[in-house]
Amino acid sequence: MSERPPRRRFLRRVARHRAAVAGSAVVVLLLLVAALAPLLAPFDPAAQSLDAGLSGPSWSHWLGQDRLGRDLLSRLLYGARISAVVGLGTVSLSLAIGLLAGSLSGFLGGRVDHLFMRLADILLAFPGILLAIAITSVLGPSLRNVLIALSALGWVGYARLIRGQILKVRELEFVQSARAVGSPPVRLLLVHILPNAVSPVIVEATFGIARAIVAEAGLSFLGLGVQPPAPSWGAMINEGRHFLFVAPHLTTVPGLAIMITVMAFNFLGDGIRDAMDVREEIR
Amino acid sequence: MTGYLLTRLRQMVPVVFGVVTVVFLLIHLIPGDPVEIMLGESALAAQKEELRRELRLDRPVAVQYGEFLLGVAKGDLGTSFRSREPVLREILRRVPATLLLSGASMAVALLIAVPLGVLSAMRQHSPVDHLSGFLAMLGLSMPNFWLGPLLILIFSIGLGLFPVSGYGTAGHLVLPALTMGAGMAAILMRMLRSSLLEEIRQDYVRAACARGLSRRDAVLRHALANSLIPVLTVMGLQFGALLSGSIITETIFSWPGIGRLTVQAIEARDYPLVQGCILFIALCTVTVNLVTDLLYSRLDPRIRYE
Repeated sequence: MSERPPRRRFLRRVARHRAAVAGSAVVVLLLLVAALAPLLAPFDPAAQSLDAGLSGPSWSHWLGQDRLGRDLLSRLLYGARISAVVGLGTVSLSLAIGLLAGSLSGFLGGRVDHLFMRLADILLAFPGILLAIAITSVLGPSLRNVLIALSALGWVGYARLIRGQILKVRELEFVQSARAVGSPPVRLLLVHILPNAVSPVIVEATFGIARAIVAEAGLSFLGLGVQPPAPSWGAMINEGRHFLFVAPHLTTVPGLAIMITVMAFNFLGDGIRDAMDVREEIR
Repeated sequence: MTGYLLTRLRQMVPVVFGVVTVVFLLIHLIPGDPVEIMLGESALAAQKEELRRELRLDRPVAVQYGEFLLGVAKGDLGTSFRSREPVLREILRRVPATLLLSGASMAVALLIAVPLGVLSAMRQHSPVDHLSGFLAMLGLSMPNFWLGPLLILIFSIGLGLFPVSGYGTAGHLVLPALTMGAGMAAILMRMLRSSLLEEIRQDYVRAACARGLSRRDAVLRHALANSLIPVLTVMGLQFGALLSGSIITETIFSWPGIGRLTVQAIEARDYPLVQGCILFIALCTVTVNLVTDLLYSRLDPRIRYE
């Protein structure tokens, strides 16, 4: 395993990665918009004006209005909140479970490891958002259930990654030395092994945020995500696609927002990966 | 090979068992009474009792589980709550449409990925390479539930080239196949590029050039075939994701496949059918992954499983 580059060197390498810089700028913008949506949005995202339904862009409504006359820009800005919450929330929840399961599996080995690997195999048999669709279809559509459904499969990737890293790191000399001088197992794991195994996990988590945002939008598109009138980008595309002939902007604008956000996280992930030089490790 | 096949089949047993268990548990995750949710609160008590008996929900969970396992083993996935038809029959009726769409999507993915992948690898760091890289990133970042409506907007509404939705003619297939194949094309293109770049540096390519073959011929006649092996493997492993993606794509284009059936079942709260569809897609994924694994050794004679 390559030595972890010092923080400053790492930041300098990310800063030199043009795509990563552009990506992080968009990510910061997304987070700012999500946090400041109530201040930035010109209208209440749920306020209806039926007589102005499906209006195109105008001076008062820069991006136009949807079927119910709600301001598209305001809904887009508030939609960033849902994407940010789901993206960060799913990854945090998945990481917490994955970290615990992967650490126990890699560190304890034996039956625990065997059991974990079988469970991972079972969950991975449900491709893409199939398991999330199954779970939200029975639990009912809501933000909380979307987080549960996406994390139900999301943790497996992190756990497998951490398990693999632990199996590799624990054989290294400095861990063996710590064990030889009598370092207790929990300290060995928390102080010596885990901090040296997280690099690829950070990269994977960056891509994971993008995946979660798309998955939430996909679930909302199918009516299984956040419920109306909450402005999820996926639900906005679904509402808009029925008016493609008369109001194509209702579909194109939220789609563009998702694509730019996902691209930003992917570029950032690429940049972090290159800066950490963990390409080999996360394969 | 036989030994490896047996080992893989043995490993598959607990996975299939686990998948069936997860799908069985789905109906028990429903908060509240599933029968009341399916029939609505206004249903008569007798109706509820009848459905409860039909879904075997009136028995102890262990018995229900045993019967479910036995049913799956015999190909009995229950009866659709709405159509009163066996779930498996409903699913099998939709299989041809989904297979057609999946096959066409894979063809689209290969048609885009192979030329672009070869070009980028042969002209590494050239504008073509950068453009392909950007297109791949676009393909990966564009969700199918957006790409689908966008293609309808451009090719159906704008240019009037293809029908907006439906099934039956080759024209109906183009946009859904493009929607579903774009993401896979991006993955395959990246894979082919990096795999071909590795092959190009091998001695046998240099030897072919030394024998007088042009670089283009050496790459196309020798290196490409070898670099396609990992691409085909990834394609097999991506089949499950393709099936899962069909749920959204078929909804957009009203394509009468398993994906659309799943969404219709969810909307109708037809839980036996939902369970059947999810189980079917998951078991197809497990099977295709196994077949891919086995084909891998056939395609590359260097690989021998012991």
